[in-house]
Amino acid sequence: MRTRWDWEFAFERFPEILEGMLITVIATLVGIVIALTLGLVLALGRRAKSKWISYPFAWFIEFVRSTPLLIQLFFLFFALPTIIFPGEITIAMSALVTLIIGLGVHYACYASEAYRAGIDSVPKGQWEAATALNLKTTTTWRQVILPQAIPRSLPTLGNYFVGMFKDAPIGAAIGVGGVLATARSIASETFRFVEPLVTAGFLFLVISIPAAFFVRYIERKVFYES
Amino acid sequence: MLDQFLLSPRQYELLLEGLVVTLQVLAGSLALGTVMALIFGVARLSPQGWIRSAALVYIEFARGISAIILLFLMFFAVPILFGIGSMAPMLAGILALGLNMGAYGAEIVRGAIEAVPRGQTEATIALNMSNMQRLRHVVLPQAIPIILPPYGNLSIEVLKGTSLVSLITLADLAWVAQIIRQNAIRSPDPTTTPILYLNVLIIYLILAQILAQVFKYMERRSARKFGAV
Repeated sequence: MRTRWDWEFAFERFPEILEGMLITVIATLVGIVIALTLGLVLALGRRAKSKWISYPFAWFIEFVRSTPLLIQLFFLFFALPTIIFPGEITIAMSALVTLIIGLGVHYACYASEAYRAGIDSVPKGQWEAATALNLKTTTTWRQVILPQAIPRSLPTLGNYFVGMFKDAPIGAAIGVGGVLATARSIASETFRFVEPLVTAGFLFLVISIPAAFFVRYIERKVFYES
Repeated sequence: MLDQFLLSPRQYELLLEGLVVTLQVLAGSLALGTVMALIFGVARLSPQGWIRSAALVYIEFARGISAIILLFLMFFAVPILFGIGSMAPMLAGILALGLNMGAYGAEIVRGAIEAVPRGQTEATIALNMSNMQRLRHVVLPQAIPIILPPYGNLSIEVLKGTSLVSLITLADLAWVAQIIRQNAIRSPDPTTTPILYLNVLIIYLILAQILAQVFKYMERRSARKFGAV
């Protein structure tokens, strides 16, 4: 009988899994950029004065936040091409692009709530001062409100982005060659499941625990400065 | 107009079967997660240093490792590591999601207990209550109104997480959706794919709304029972 844990095998396959992790990390980083920008758009749309604008934004945010990322990825991957190109069943988005868009949009909805809380926490006097100084709406937002709101949103955003990283291996379900897919393919090729999966788990801990501590550090800094 | 967006009765039947599995996994995970959250949330505030450290290790591990990786470890690796043959996918799913939720929940419980005024603890010491009595009759009842709102959000995250069990061969909603899609590709009408996933997403949305309402109801009830916080 083979041993339950084989160090040599684990080390031999470590570089492959690390490469897979690199893809997962890249997907997360690009997803964060999308979520940061789209999230701000969603947060501003949600605050629009007209109900015709703010309600659809609110519904979209609520809808995306209450449904699983996995099904959203299936929708983007299998269903969206058939809507955009009816009749063509061969056209598909690359799995990695699908994952990045899925992560970006999903967490943009979370980010919008973080921005919203940040914007709400800016004292009313700041708005009144901007009005008194006769600032344009865009200037008020860009020079007064957002520079105060965004730092206050950072800890919450940071927590969501650590969460995004932990959701990124879901891409394996549509065939993204990230850390989980690599571990799985090594497992099915060698019939050794323990080492690849434990390595993947270890890599997650090594990245996400320091990331979470860093977010807590930012939280303390923001908390003391405001 | 509306029936354009509906699936066939047979497909809804299949989705209903998947829904039952999803609800089983959800119920199991919420139950295990709540037990873990209470135990480790309290343990984080133990006067014993080693208990606090052990709780911290569990929380950082179960939160940091990602739910989906924990799920795969539980299903594929744990049975081999512990030499127990195999694990039923339902059990693996509930264990992984429950342990993951418990870690997040423990932090909520810890924060809520810390928010209960210290005078309450001092009063129980003055009344010569045991630690257990203090927790059960004084501290936890006052912590519950603080726990419930973030706990409702957490339970919706667990609901979303249940879809991952489809990846370890459990026939939940997400699994059934994939089966229906694969069957539909073979049949002459492939345009049902968007409708199919829209239906599945809406089912999850409804479940999430129900969970949110249940927690809102519990919040109102606990506010009435223990007074506004």
